[in-house]
This record gives sequence, structure tokens and C-alpha cells, in this order.
Amino acid sequence: MSNEAVLHAPAGAGLHDAHGDHHHEHHHETFISKYVFSMDHKMIAKQFLITGMVWAVLGGLMSVLFRLQLGYPESTFPWLEDILGKWAEGGKITPEAYYALVTTHGTVLVFFVLTAGLSGTFANFLIPLQIGARDMASPFMNMLSYWFFFAASIVMLSSMFVEFGPFSGGWTAYPPLSALAAASPGSGTGMDLWLIAMALFVVSSLLGSLNYIATVLNMRTKGMSMTRMPLTIWALFFTAVLGVLSFPVLFSGFILLIFDRNFGTSFYLSDIFINGVGALPNEGGSAILYQHLFWFLGHPEVYIILLPAMGMVSEILSVNSRKPIFGYIAMVGSLFAIAILAFLVWAHHMFVTGLNPFLGSVFVLLTLLIAVPSAIKVFNWLTTLWRGNIRFTPGMLFSIGFVSLFISGGLTGIWLGNSALDIHLHDTYFVIAHFHIVMGVASMFGMFAGIYHWFPKMYGRYMNNTLAYLHFWITLGGAYMIFWPMHYQGLAGMPRRYYDYSVWESFKQFAELNRFISTVAMIVFAAQLLFLFNFFYSVFKGRKVTTQNPYNANTLEWTTPINPGHGNWVGEIPEVHRWAYDYGKDGKEFISQTTPVGADESSH
Amino acid sequence: MTALLITAVSLLIFVVIFQISKASEYVAILKGEEHSRKQNNKINGFLMVVFLVLGLVGVWYCNEVLYDKTLLPYESASVEGERVDSMLWLTLAVTGFVFILTQIVLFWFAYKYQESETRKVYFFAHSNKLEAIWTVIPAIALTVLVVIGLRNWFLFTGEPPKEAMVVEVTGKQFGWIYRYPGKDGAFGKKYYKNIDNANNSLGLIWDDKLGHDDLVMEQTMYIVKGRPVKLIIGSRDVIHDVGLPHFRMKMDAVPGIPTTMWFTPKYTTKEMKEITGNPDFQYEISCDQMCGNGHYSMKGIIEVLDQAEFDAKMAGQSPYYYTSNPDKDPANAKADTVKTAAKPVELASKVTAKL
Repeated sequence: MSNEAVLHAPAGAGLHDAHGDHHHEHHHETFISKYVFSMDHKMIAKQFLITGMVWAVLGGLMSVLFRLQLGYPESTFPWLEDILGKWAEGGKITPEAYYALVTTHGTVLVFFVLTAGLSGTFANFLIPLQIGARDMASPFMNMLSYWFFFAASIVMLSSMFVEFGPFSGGWTAYPPLSALAAASPGSGTGMDLWLIAMALFVVSSLLGSLNYIATVLNMRTKGMSMTRMPLTIWALFFTAVLGVLSFPVLFSGFILLIFDRNFGTSFYLSDIFINGVGALPNEGGSAILYQHLFWFLGHPEVYIILLPAMGMVSEILSVNSRKPIFGYIAMVGSLFAIAILAFLVWAHHMFVTGLNPFLGSVFVLLTLLIAVPSAIKVFNWLTTLWRGNIRFTPGMLFSIGFVSLFISGGLTGIWLGNSALDIHLHDTYFVIAHFHIVMGVASMFGMFAGIYHWFPKMYGRYMNNTLAYLHFWITLGGAYMIFWPMHYQGLAGMPRRYYDYSVWESFKQFAELNRFISTVAMIVFAAQLLFLFNFFYSVFKGRKVTTQNPYNANTLEWTTPINPGHGNWVGEIPEVHRWAYDYGKDGKEFISQTTPVGADESSH
Repeated sequence: MTALLITAVSLLIFVVIFQISKASEYVAILKGEEHSRKQNNKINGFLMVVFLVLGLVGVWYCNEVLYDKTLLPYESASVEGERVDSMLWLTLAVTGFVFILTQIVLFWFAYKYQESETRKVYFFAHSNKLEAIWTVIPAIALTVLVVIGLRNWFLFTGEPPKEAMVVEVTGKQFGWIYRYPGKDGAFGKKYYKNIDNANNSLGLIWDDKLGHDDLVMEQTMYIVKGRPVKLIIGSRDVIHDVGLPHFRMKMDAVPGIPTTMWFTPKYTTKEMKEITGNPDFQYEISCDQMCGNGHYSMKGIIEVLDQAEFDAKMAGQSPYYYTSNPDKDPANAKADTVKTAAKPVELASKVTAKL
């Protein structure tokens, strides 16, 4: 093909054949052992990534469907009935379907995309490559981690096809609603499957996280002290610690819920009368107990989602500013502070449950304390850009976008963390705007940044930059257009999770805005398809990478062959002599971590 | 048909975008990658400033269009809500300032320090002074916000003034039931296993004489302008939430665990109609906690009256004990005969609506 000829002509000749490198190490690789039950951390990372992408498309599509209802509550779309059948009779999504879509969108995006898809991908891919290890501490456990995630995905997917529909009580699954099929049809079989899927997911997450921790602590190459690790590794390490300590608590909450649902216990149930069923026998349980158990994971979960993005953004900002990250120790310290505080703020989700006001006040204090390490991070990122020499690679663009979104969404956290103000804004669209910007879109930007930045390392090819630029600018503008106006809906007290606002005198004035938001959401969704196309096209047909270190970066992954085999380095693993951020030092553009410290080198 | 057309057009747009992008890649290679990379860098650097300017204009425009649709143009309808509003404005001032400042710095730096062959980057790895500054200043600002917030929080969650009236609010799928203590000022006991949709929607224990004068209503709750009201909130089935945006208050309704909330209404419903210029205005109770498929329709109404109107309203109500047990009603005992036959069996709401 002539296209191929143009693209690859300069690359053709002088390249060392990357495939040749690992051939002598692995003779018996079959399709199954290489692509399916792989124990190579790089392949497992790709498996997480692509499964995450499938979920992102499904989850995103769900949001488009329920935005259709919110934006056009009076219209009917006959094609919806073709897709959804009885859930959209006459082309209008039913309330049952609407709530199922909202719930599944939340569950899938939070857990399957931004936890498994983000940490699963980049912890697996980057930890061994950046600390100088041949693979994870336990490649087998690592493989199991993916396949538990896969099993969780299958169960979650299957819950969408059961008679009374998937679980529809919101992603937080508060009992009694989630415990009683009589209270909501989705709380029947749909909820059983939801719980099974989540239990499998917790197993997957624990297997993965334990492995990441063990690897970071034990398998660093010679000279790679903890304080020489790139910030990505620090962030992924803290993420794994958060996961290990908090997911079991969620799991215990789910176990109690399973008992209440199936075995007649009353952990969460008390004094309940259901229309059509009558009074239930359960007495003495506390529905609030579940919320404590849930949010003890739920809040660290926010940081499980956010920290990997912060780590990657720190790395990418530094590489592309050609400048060291500003305040490395402060960056590590603030990650540590955030990780600690993450465990001490969960009840700020529960200010209006009637919790003890004194307890509430402690949580206000600790919650707003998080703003301090967050502020340190933001100012350090800004200072990293200052007097740099910025290259706008797609990864860099998304990193800058991340910082912008993190600021915008983080600041509204100061509103919501202050309980007296939260009373007014709790469970309104203000909250939707806040967490979508700071956790959803920002982390998604971190993920895009990571994908664009490390794509050449993953596949030995480049993605198309023009498509990437388009993707970035549409998504950044679109994300703000979708979520910024929602603050105003929140300031009108408009509650979340409503199927239709038209009967409400207090909230019906936003019909036009809802239409606008829905339209933008569709455009942004389409732009993501552009990205997906770019991704898969480039995996097979992208321009080939011809240099080992295309970004002139310092970290170890760029010392591996262009297409590293299982084991990553041919021969010895390189030794590390310095931190990862010697950019622009002593007039040198960059100094790789593997370069010994020179005698005349200035210290910083 | 239109769906097909839209799909076709979108597909076409995709193909065009893709072809252009691919072509640009070829051009880049032919012209020299370094050259076109620098060109793209300039474009994206310029777009940073464009985005900053358009973004700030967008923020302003968004405020122009939407400000009047929020609750901000009018005062809070409760005395306590004024404190929420003043906190809100202060928090907005602080966070708004930081927002504008940091966004300008971010996109301006991105533009200003875009790659240039003449610039030598400044190796700047850390500065204890700078880091101390941006640790301490946010900490101080947050301390101020926390102190103000907690003072309000303890006021809102503390005991209401003594003269407060008390109303019990019970959520159920998908509506609200209100109970007034009646003349004796005390609620009768209830037990959820006594609940019967036909004639005992709250499960009152009829043996408890304190409950005999309790009034039970649905749909609309009546409270008095200027008089603090304490709500005792509960739920019959799943978790609901009493959301009162105009009073800036909110509290969950949890089965088995009563919660409370109090506030002092400032304006009657009639006055609010004038203030907002909306003749259809009403204080709505929105359920703010996902409670099932009818969540979005779980609406209650609060009507704020002045004392005289309120007294007249209450005088016309007959205690729930009598409407549920017509044989015990002294009024019926005299008139007797025909009325008992008309005792409604099916819908408790019908009974209470007539109240």
C-alpha cells in the first residue's frame, strides 16, 4: 500500500527488530498464553484497558440515553424501542429504565472504568517498567486479578437482561431500597447479580492492589530508592494501599446486605411497611450502618480514582515542560496526606442523615483539611509550567485539562464539605457538577493523558495527533458546557435522580438548559468515538515508533526496547543513579535516571 | 428515517475528519516531522489563550442567563436560611477568586511558556518558601470558613426555640404524611406493625390517649409565618429526604430512626408569590434521596399562613382517631345511622384529603 509506504518509509531500514529480542526467552508462547491467559504485566494492562474502554462506551451510552429523557421529556424516539424493547415502550424511556440506566452508569464508570480501567491499566503497565522490574511480584495473581474483573463484567452485563431489569436504586445501593424487591423491581434478581459482580470486583481489586504494593516495595531495581521513584509510582502505590484497606470494608457491607436480602437478618432493616406487602418482621437494624460501611470505601474510592491521574499528570507535565516537577517531596507528602485523610472524611456524604452534630463537625474539619494538600498539588503543577519549554503533545494537553478541571471541581468541594452549606446543596445538581468535574471528567482526562503518552510504549506506534487535538478540545469545552451550568441547577435546589422535572414549580424553569446539556453530551460522546477509532486504528496502522525514547524522558520505561518482550529488558536491568526529574539541569535537556551522577554536576 | 439520516451524516463527518487527520499526518512526514510538530505546538499554544478567554466569557454568560432561575435573586424564605446564603456568598468569593486566578495562571503559563528555541528552561526543583506560602494561606482561609460553617451547623442542628411548633413528617413511597400533636401538644405513640393503609396510615396505637387528638394530613403541610417549626422526620419504608430548597433545609427520613430539623419561615406562601412574581409559586417538599421508581414524583406542599389563617385551618380538622374510628366520634354518636356505612375502606388518602 502506498499509504503504508509513506508512513513507514523512513522507519523501515535502521531499526532493530524488536520482536527478535524476546524470541530467545519465550519459545512456547501460544495465542492463549500470550493474549488471553497472559502473565505479562504489559498484556494484562492492555486487557484492563480494552475492557475498561468497552465499559466506558457502554456507560457513556447509558448517560446519553438518560440525558435524552432529561433533555427531551416530551418527545418519543421510536428507535429507542428497537434497542430497549419494553423499557422504552412507544419510544419513551420508562422510569424503571431511567433509574436502571442512571444506576448502571454510575456503578460502571466509578468501578469498572475509573478503577479497573485506570489503576488496572497503568499500575500494571507502569509499575514494573518505571521501577525496573521484569514483571509483577506475582504474575499469576495479576492474571487472576484481570479474570476476576472479567467475570465481574460478565455478571454485571448479564444483570441487564433479567426480567425485572438491572438494579435501579442508585450506585450507592442504600438499603432498605436495595434490600427489598418489593420496594423496587430492580432490587430483585438485578440486585443479586449486582452484588455478585461487585464481590468479584472487590476480589479482583484486592489481588491487583496487593500485587502492586508488593512489587513497589520489593522489586525496585538497584539504586531505585523510594525517593527516586517517579510520582506515577508513588501515586499508584498509595492508590493500592487505599484499595487494600477500604475495599474489604465495602465487602463486609455487601455481605450484611446479602444476609438481609436472603437470610432474614436485620442489619439494615427496621420498622418497614411496604405497600402491597405489609409490615416486615425486621426490627432493630440501622439503615445508616450501611452508609458508614459504604462510604468508608466510597470516599477513599474517590482518591483511588483520582490519585493515579494525579501521578501520571505530574509525570507528563514535567516531561513536556522539560522541567523538573516542582516540589517532588511536597508532591509525595501531599499524596500521603490525601491518602491518610481519605479515610477520615467518609461521613461528609452523610451530613443530612441525622448523624450526631458533633461527629459531623469533626468531619467538616477533616474534609476541608484535604483542600490543603490539594492546593499544594495545584500550585506545584502551575510552578512546574512556569518558565518551562512546553511541548503540547496530546498527553500534555490532557494533563493541562486535568489541572483545570481539578481546580474547578475541587473548589466546589469546599462548598459541599462545609456541612451547614451542604444541607442546602446536598443531593442537588451542584453535587453532580462537583463530582463529575473533579472525579469523573478529571480522572478521565488523566486516563486519556496516560493513554496518549504511553501509547508508543504500549504498541510501538503513534496515535494520530490531529484526531487527538480535536478529541481534546471538543472534550474539554464540552465537559465544561455540560457540567458548569449544573451548578446553577443545584443553586435552585434541583434534586438529582429525577426522571422528569416538569411537574415541579421550583425546577421546571430549566427545560431549555437540560436540552442544551443533553445535546452537548451527545456531541462529546461522539468525540470519544473519534478517540476510540484513533486508538484501534493506530494499534494496527499507526506510524511506527523509530526511537527508543521519543519524548527524551528520564524514566526507565524508555530504556527498554521499542517493543519490549516479557521481561522488559534484554540482559541486565539498568541501574538507577538519580531521581526521575533532571530536565534542563546544567544546560542538559534531560538526564536519564540510568546516567551516573557526574563529578561536576550541581546538586539541587 | 431521520434517525437513519442522522446516522449517515454523522458517519460521513467521521470519515471526513478521519481522512483529513490522516492526510495531515502524511503532510507532516513529507514536510518534515519536526517542522509540523512546531507548527502544531504554536496552534495549541494559541488555543490555550483562546480557551481561557472564551471560557471566562462563557462563565459570565452562563451567569447572565441562569442567575435568575436559581434561588439566589430572592432572600431565603427562612430566618436560618439567611445564614446559609451569607455563607454561600462568602465561600463563592473565596473560591471564585482562586478559580479565576489559577485558571488564568494555568492557561497563560501554558501559552507563554510554549516551546521556543530561544528559551532555556529554568531548573527549579523546589522552594521551601513558596511551598510554605501556599500551605499556610489556604489553611488560614479554610479555618475561617470552617469556623463560620460550624457555628451555623450547631445552630441548625441544635434545639429549636421553646415556642416552636412541632410537626411530624413521614415519608412513604411516594408521598408525605404529616401529623400534628393536637390540642394537648403531645403525639400519641405509634408502632409500624399497626399500619393499615385503610384507616391507620402511621400505625398509631389507639390505646394511647395522647394520640386521640392528633391530626393527620397528606399532600399539604401548614405552618405559621414567623413561628419556628420543628419537624420530626421518619419513614415508613425506604430512605427518603425532606428537601426544602426555599428554606435552605434538608434532612433524611430513615425508617426506624427519627431525625429532626427546624427553621423559622419568614414569608407566607402569598407573600412569596409576590416576591418571586410567580402566581403559581408554592413551597415544595422534594424528596432528595433516591427512593424508587416514583422518586421524581414524590412531592409535598408546605403552605405558610399567618397565625389567624392557621388557627382557622386547624379548627376545621377532625382528629385522625375519629375519622379512622367513626364509631368513637362523639359527633357521629349523635347523628349515628347512615354515616358509618360510608366508611372508606380502600384509600386512606381519600379520608385525609377531605380533612
